[in-house]
Amino acid sequence: MSKIHVTTTVNGDEVEFLADPRETLLDCLRDKLGMTGSKEGCGTGDCGACSVTLDGTLVCSCLVLGVEADGKQVGTIEGVAEGGVLHPLQKKFIEHAALQCGFCTPGILVAAKALLEQNPNPTETEVRYWLAGNLCRCTGYDKIVRAVMDAAADLRGEAA
Amino acid sequence: MPKDELKELHLVGTRPDRPDGLDKVTGRARYGADISAPGMLWAAVVRSPHAHARILKIDSTKAEALDGVKAVVTRADFPTGLTGEDWNLQENTMAGEVALYDGHAVAAVAATSALIAQEAARLIEVDYEVLPHVTDVDDAIKPDAPAIRPGAADASVPEGMPPNVVRYIEFGHGDVAAGFDDADLVMEKSYKTEATHQGYIEPHACLGQLGEDGRGEMWVCTQGHWFIRRMCTAVLGIEAAQLRVTPSEIGGGFGGKTTIFMEPLSLALSRKAGGRPVKLVMSRSEVLRATGPTASASMDVKIGMKKDGSITAGRAEFRMQGGAFPDAPVDMALYCAFAGYKMPAVEHIGYDVLANRPKCAAYRAPGSPMGAFAVESLVDEMSRDLGLDPIDVRLKNAVVEGDRASYGPKFGSIGLVECLEAAKAHPNLQAPLGPNQGRGVACGYWFNHGGETSVSMAISEDGTAQVSIGTPDIGGLRASIALMTAETLGIPYEDVRVNVVETGALGVNEPTHGSRATFASGLGAVEAARQAIGEMCKRAANEWGIDAEAVEWVDGAAQPAGPNAGKFPPMTIAEIAGKMGSTGGPISGHHESVPEGVGASFGTHVVDVEVDPETGRTTILRYLVVQDAGRAIHPSYVEGQYQGGAAQGIGWALNEEYVYGEDGRLQNPIFLDYRVPVASDLPMIDTVIVEVPNPGHPYGVRGVGETGITPPLPAIANAIHAATGARMRHLPMTPAKVLAALKA
Amino acid sequence: MRYHSPSTFEDAARIAAAAQGVTRFLAGGTDVLVQLRSGHVLPDDLIDLKKIPGTYDIAQTEDGGWRIGIAVPGAALGAHAGLCKDWPGVVEGMELVGSTQVQGRATLAGNLCNGSPAADSVPGLVAAGATVEITGPEGTRSLPVAEVPVGPGKTALTAGEVISAIVLPPRGDKAGDAYLRFIPRTEMDIAVVGAAVSLRLDGDTIAEARVALGAVAPTVLLVAEAAEAIVGTTLDDSAMDALAAAASAACNPIDDKRGTAAFRIEVAGVMAKRAARIAYDRAKGASA
Ligand SMILES: Cc1cc2nc3c(=O)[nH]c(=O)nc-3n(C[C@H](O)[C@H](O)[C@H](O)COP(=O)(O)OP(=O)(O)OC[C@H]3O[C@@H](n4cnc5c(N)ncnc54)[C@H](O)[C@@H]3O)c2cc1C
Ligand code: FES
Ligand code: FES
Repeated sequence: MSKIHVTTTVNGDEVEFLADPRETLLDCLRDKLGMTGSKEGCGTGDCGACSVTLDGTLVCSCLVLGVEADGKQVGTIEGVAEGGVLHPLQKKFIEHAALQCGFCTPGILVAAKALLEQNPNPTETEVRYWLAGNLCRCTGYDKIVRAVMDAAADLRGEAA
Repeated sequence: MPKDELKELHLVGTRPDRPDGLDKVTGRARYGADISAPGMLWAAVVRSPHAHARILKIDSTKAEALDGVKAVVTRADFPTGLTGEDWNLQENTMAGEVALYDGHAVAAVAATSALIAQEAARLIEVDYEVLPHVTDVDDAIKPDAPAIRPGAADASVPEGMPPNVVRYIEFGHGDVAAGFDDADLVMEKSYKTEATHQGYIEPHACLGQLGEDGRGEMWVCTQGHWFIRRMCTAVLGIEAAQLRVTPSEIGGGFGGKTTIFMEPLSLALSRKAGGRPVKLVMSRSEVLRATGPTASASMDVKIGMKKDGSITAGRAEFRMQGGAFPDAPVDMALYCAFAGYKMPAVEHIGYDVLANRPKCAAYRAPGSPMGAFAVESLVDEMSRDLGLDPIDVRLKNAVVEGDRASYGPKFGSIGLVECLEAAKAHPNLQAPLGPNQGRGVACGYWFNHGGETSVSMAISEDGTAQVSIGTPDIGGLRASIALMTAETLGIPYEDVRVNVVETGALGVNEPTHGSRATFASGLGAVEAARQAIGEMCKRAANEWGIDAEAVEWVDGAAQPAGPNAGKFPPMTIAEIAGKMGSTGGPISGHHESVPEGVGASFGTHVVDVEVDPETGRTTILRYLVVQDAGRAIHPSYVEGQYQGGAAQGIGWALNEEYVYGEDGRLQNPIFLDYRVPVASDLPMIDTVIVEVPNPGHPYGVRGVGETGITPPLPAIANAIHAATGARMRHLPMTPAKVLAALKA
Repeated sequence: MRYHSPSTFEDAARIAAAAQGVTRFLAGGTDVLVQLRSGHVLPDDLIDLKKIPGTYDIAQTEDGGWRIGIAVPGAALGAHAGLCKDWPGVVEGMELVGSTQVQGRATLAGNLCNGSPAADSVPGLVAAGATVEITGPEGTRSLPVAEVPVGPGKTALTAGEVISAIVLPPRGDKAGDAYLRFIPRTEMDIAVVGAAVSLRLDGDTIAEARVALGAVAPTVLLVAEAAEAIVGTTLDDSAMDALAAAASAACNPIDDKRGTAAFRIEVAGVMAKRAARIAYDRAKGASA
């Protein structure tokens, strides 16, 4: 099987790798670029642990081929904190104990960030439906939803 | 510790940021599949597509001819002669003569890339002779069911039982017949629950390395690395101390990661590939097909009740299948079934039955949810028939300290009455209900567990402390251990670093299971800190030239115990630690035990549902968890356990189940069809932490992890009944089942 | 597996026609990658259509209908105000597919060509009378969406044929459509039953209607009897009952892990009624 040379931008940095066309973007991020923050919980689009943005759109990186990332902008959990400063979502997740095992957390943070970028003032229902593709088995979602709502308030400059 | 003393705590009961939070919100934390090693190979496993089949031949010639393939292993690569549970573990890791369930491993391969390994696995040819199979528990217990493992029954099974019964259990007390005679109302009903999976989001993953010399290393996601060490070495026939096991961060377990499934395969492959490290990561469908779901159960319950709600007698007969291996938690289910009730007379009968399904593993309060579903449903039904309030009926019969439990022993301090009272007082019980809406109540129980515990604590030169524990942090454990250690030492929370260390660094620790980690490792950390405090008092005493007994430890410093001890300014931990090199050497503490003072935990849940009368779909409107924590060290993570347990119970009640086809194959091995609750399925989950301190723990801790999964099953069934009049006795209560019941 | 990324549909068709082994087109990949991962379908040739210019466009046609590019993901349909105003039922069908993440990728053409009887966007397209434009080795042709699926996993496309656009007819006045499905959870399930209704009013009376059902037969069903049950009515109770009865009667479902046949038959009527109510209200001017 011949491999394909891929040039892409991950969290603002240009990277290159050789991909077998069967390898997913998730495989490439984790195994070729050493960016193991994105997780594989299912490999079939059902759990959202692998969530990344592709040219700004939220996707499951397990449902994108590595070769499809050529020439695109990829955003991962490793890029959510900018310059070492935590995103308000990250702070609120710690503060609200919105993670137990933490395995779903990277995907949920990437997905929640995408939500707040397009809807700064979501209702609880909107948060729940937006995150319906991000399974969390530990928390029952309660504290996750609260953390997202609180981070949204924070980003809007409102005291929670 | 008496209650008033607990009030003076500075740190215990607060909600600081967890120490591992930063790593886990930035993607830095390393889980099972996140690590690689130089020269590493990737493994893939060949699995049986049949529920029951004799393995006639395994031909790996084509696979081995593939470029990049470095090793293939089958059962022939494992030692023979194992017995008992070791044999079960080995057989489950890799089938011997017969594949016992859909997904049972029959061969494994290691290659230079994951893609090559997967391709090689497809090229391994296995010839099977398909055998008759059985997957349902009621079918498996029939006398003419296909015998799955003749000879597997233990001594408890009387002559003449059906072939798949491998364990028989019988216990009770009192005159049950007289009790039923005494009752004003006697009811007997049958219930069924389907197998569910823990559904942790992180699939099993490990990186194993084993040399020809029998020395090895393993990195693995597990709830308990000493268990991994013991089981892997037993299965492979190597010495326990030669395998060093390091736990990764763990992406959920809920009991399912307390045992081995494929870990020995990476070691066997590594040994065969000349000691190169081998990474083995399960896919989701492998997790669902071939790790350990819980048992499925078929249950008959009979209860006698007086008009005033007092229970006169009970009888439970439970049949459970836990796969093709003994150990379905039928005993635990029976112990828990009536645990909340004073039982003048009770009889328990249990059958552990083999079926062609994967070997069950622990799942959060193993057995308790099934038993509760049956008993708590029937108590609700009888209370309603007698026109009594279901909470009042439970209060009337509730066990208190000193009562004899339905399963024998006397209860120590417990908080069931407190939970019921708190539930009764909660505003959710006043919320008005509309059409097609109903409210259900149920209680749940778990014993909790002590287990082998080994903890070390060392004081650093600057007076900060490091704690080494052997129980993986699955949901905020480091925070709780740091709080208890800091509280005991009288230093800031931030001054304590808690490390989950590898098997080489401590004595044997049982896993983070049985709701024991905060209890047992916490107790160990407090005892270790107290030991270090003793030493620090001694160092101060030496310097002051007074007796060590005349020194006390207050707010992180040694000070003379009273005016008679002498007049010296307090000597802080930092001062003592700063010169420990010249005052006698390192200061540390160590604790090893099997803690006895375990505190059991009761809980009461109240749920409001709405049922769509045209489709049978149930929506959870409101959910309340009330549970006795003994003492909440970090209340946020206690609430998290309550909420997570409730969510899993809700899934079990409504939509989760293993669905096997006629062919004995699992029909729903992906999350699209194995339906765990998603965020939009649930409301906020309200919690009340009841604190009846456990006298067996320095800060009053009981375990809180498990009880919460138990009440949702019956509570939701009771709520559906309240909403619709339909009594659901078979889980899950899917829309199709509820609609059929509504039409009946 | 060979990965191709042609820049015209003609090239795509040519590559597909010449391919010997298992061939798949790649749109959003949300079916293709799942099948690849599970090992059910391991293509020898994978033809990525997303590099073809114009595949992300949504454009109004001269007659006032819509032409939708085959790479337009669900989320982009939902964000298109004009399309949502005209065909809210078609859009909501597609928007029900998968999660937010899946919405960032999944396409109408992929949903249709994957050939699942439960595909959520298909009943809406059928009720709307949508067509597909097909490019093949022999040139292009047009086919009603209703005729594309011919069985589970099977379509009427011949070797080398690729869908190059989805075309919706002009909506016209006093008309509305809706799609509803039944799933056990609130999200992330495959439809147990799906029902789409498109109708046009004359005053308060239904003048035209099309009712399509998903997941209740080997392919999507266009149920003429169900439409007849409501045409000429104001969707009063007896019309609703007749609609439900006709919808249930048309079902030819199976028992499977996702639902029983009896349940599907019963709930098909319920979904059809509820979808008809929404479509009717939309036709009367309620916003989507
Ligand atoms: C987590 C998850 C949830 C899902 N939920 C739903 C759901 O709720 N409802 C639902 O209906 N589906 C669901 N799906 C399935 C899938 O998302 C949809 O079918 C989707 O619309 C497929 O579109 P795609 O662009 O991703 O197709 P692809 O995967 O790219 O292609 C699918 C098939 O169509 C063919 N194809 C694609 N484009 C063309 C073309 N232009 N011409 C000819 N053939 C073509 C491909 O060869 C392939 O066989 C779900 C999938 C996942 C992973
Ligand atoms: S790993 Fe991609 S969605 Fe689960
Ligand atoms: S915190 Fe464990 S899966 Fe979400």
